[in-house]
Amino acid sequence: MSSVSASEIKKEFLKSKIGIAGIGILVILVSISIGAAVIIPVETFQQWNNPQSWISYPKTAIPAWVNWFMFEKIPEHKILDKPNVSTKSLDDISGVSHQFHVNYVYDDFPSDFIYELTAKYSGSPLLQISVIRPDGKIIKLLSSSLPYTEDTILFNEKIFSTDGTIKKNLFLQSDQFNFPIEGFSAEDIVFSKSTDNAVLKGDYVFLVNLYGVQKESSIVGSTLIVGGKAFGIMGTDELRRDLAVGILWGTPLALFIGIAVAIGSVVMGLVYGVYAGFKGKLTDESMMRFNDVIYALPVLPFLIILAVTISNSIFLMIGFLTIFGWVGIAKVARSMALQIKTRGYVEASKMMGQKNSKIIFKHILPQLLPYAFASIAISVPAAITTEAGLSFLGLGDPSFPTWGQILHDANTYGAAARGLWWWIVPPGLMIAITGLAFVFLGNALDAIVNPKLKR
Amino acid sequence: MGLKKYLVTRGITMFGVLMVTLLLTIILVGSNMDTILKQGIAFQVRAEITADPKISDSFSDPAEFEAFVQAQTEQRVKVLGLDTPWYSPQRIGLTMYKILILDFGHATFLTSDSGSSDVKDILLEKLPRTILLFTTATIIISIIGIFLGALAGSKVGSAVDRITSTFAVVSSSFPVWWIGMLMIFLFSFVYQIFPARATPSIPPTDPGYIAALLYHMALPVITIVMIGFGAWAYLVRNFMIGIMQEDFISAKRAMGINQKKIIYGHAIKNAAPPIITILALSLSGSLGGAIITEAVFDWPGMGRLYFEAITVMDLPVIIGATYVLTVFFLISILVADLLYGYFDPRVKTGS
Repeated sequence: MSSVSASEIKKEFLKSKIGIAGIGILVILVSISIGAAVIIPVETFQQWNNPQSWISYPKTAIPAWVNWFMFEKIPEHKILDKPNVSTKSLDDISGVSHQFHVNYVYDDFPSDFIYELTAKYSGSPLLQISVIRPDGKIIKLLSSSLPYTEDTILFNEKIFSTDGTIKKNLFLQSDQFNFPIEGFSAEDIVFSKSTDNAVLKGDYVFLVNLYGVQKESSIVGSTLIVGGKAFGIMGTDELRRDLAVGILWGTPLALFIGIAVAIGSVVMGLVYGVYAGFKGKLTDESMMRFNDVIYALPVLPFLIILAVTISNSIFLMIGFLTIFGWVGIAKVARSMALQIKTRGYVEASKMMGQKNSKIIFKHILPQLLPYAFASIAISVPAAITTEAGLSFLGLGDPSFPTWGQILHDANTYGAAARGLWWWIVPPGLMIAITGLAFVFLGNALDAIVNPKLKR
Repeated sequence: MGLKKYLVTRGITMFGVLMVTLLLTIILVGSNMDTILKQGIAFQVRAEITADPKISDSFSDPAEFEAFVQAQTEQRVKVLGLDTPWYSPQRIGLTMYKILILDFGHATFLTSDSGSSDVKDILLEKLPRTILLFTTATIIISIIGIFLGALAGSKVGSAVDRITSTFAVVSSSFPVWWIGMLMIFLFSFVYQIFPARATPSIPPTDPGYIAALLYHMALPVITIVMIGFGAWAYLVRNFMIGIMQEDFISAKRAMGINQKKIIYGHAIKNAAPPIITILALSLSGSLGGAIITEAVFDWPGMGRLYFEAITVMDLPVIIGATYVLTVFFLISILVADLLYGYFDPRVKTGS
């Protein structure tokens, strides 16, 4: 092994196309990680396995951008929580009005609509919901009083499109439609042309009015959800989770796991191997036999047993992966140390009476650094895929959902056989791309360290 | 070093490795085993008492009944030797001795398809299936890999070489099980050519079983081969490049021996030792099946057995399977070593 200086490595590396490609992908992944940390609050991510926090999202919705390529537009799931607010008061009556603008341009009816109201009031204010349709017709959906209360309370209610009152109100306005509306669901009527039951495209305005008599009433929270089958940039899964959140946050996690395991095992392997090679004789022999034992252990079964019996915490998992990762590196490091040991300057410093630790850290280890960097890069993909594999088997750390866990859920719900490609492709692709970045880096470094392979 | 002495030292080391592996497995799962076994016994005692009206009627109050159950359970625990902790030397010793004489005992929860709970039966039922799938795939992979690698290695920088190398690098970073999911999506959902689950639905006694099995096997085999052969080809290519630079090849070339004969006649022969070593290792590795790949394709082999055993903590099965896999692995390391020595005499004579 010829020693290569750092500046030479840098020069050679910049000449290698795949090395540059690797760096490029890595830069993108790091920016995604930073982006995820900035855009998506950690709290959202930690709620990943809490079904309650995903309740207003659609089930297995296709990514919204699919509509760009579709002739028949799939209704997009809309969560509107920023209505236009206007207040008016007349004598004793004070009113709050919330307007939601829905631009409905899809070729199918929405799956439902839900209005979620949080109001602060006393007395018994009147809640009115109506829709102004693109054809100018106004349809009253609901008109009811909120439950009477003496003291000011915070009241929360969800009004579903399947609500009986809405159905009754629609039936009373059946003269607005030229076709019999019995048997159709509320969303199929509200978003329908008046001539026949086909989607009426255009701007809809959902009007929510709350009238309080003499007493003050205000709307604290107001959200309108128009249910659809397309959502966001990545779609959602069976448990209504926004896959974009999981996939974006998976990036820093995967990088962390991969790099931590790789650095851990390379450092461990180097020190172990070099020490064994340097000491030689019985120390070397016994250390290498121990190495053989670890090498002969079935890795994945042992990792599974460890995850099941001890803990599936992500930090412990990094430790377990490191325990099995250093073995091969130790073997190579030992044989390299055996060669370097015989060189003149090492012999000389030995004769000068330098401490063993000093010789190892000052004279031998620096020689192995190029190899170490190449090994770190090459070890990362294996660490990431192994962790993903364990997560895929359902042994991942539930407080840190990784790409492997998303794929585990996908497999549990039979996503492949059901054709839910947006649930399968992105996580796996991210695993592959991340692995690829490090494989590229590793290959470029390897070609510099072992010039023979280049020819 | 004589061959005999070499074999003896190797054999002793491997036996040691085997014992350490077993010990580690027992240590890792031992504490859980005791709790599970004791719960099982208490449950069994209760079930037996309630099943026999003569005994259950003879109790006057629940306290007496509980005391009786307690006594019965403790008695059985003692008979089975469970009153000493699992880490006591005699219990670990007994377990290891039993395993050495291939007495794996009975599974706690799992059974073979034929209903036997004998761990040996379960293992013997799963092993052939894994061999069928993974060994077939490994053989196909190595054949494609060796030829493609030799071709690429003899024409460094050519289109074949560049495509092979790129494919190898790219495919090695894809998890096989993920490609498996994509293949199921493509060939079971979009184009309904292959079944999504790899287990045939007809019973093994049916005459059409073999055909059905092969049909169900197609998708997993294609997936494993697709992801696997690139790395093989790349490895063989790198060996070949080293050899093609050797003097004797240049000499042969100068003598005017044609390129094909040099590659497949002389160069491959010299690249054989490392290739055969890797082949032996990957064949034995294939016996373990890929736990995850079998899970994706629902293939009822060793890998899935292992996973099922671990999720329900069926200790006898876990230990049995680990033992069998480790034995195969060690044997193949030994065989690989011997083959290496046979093909490359330098190894034998060198100290």
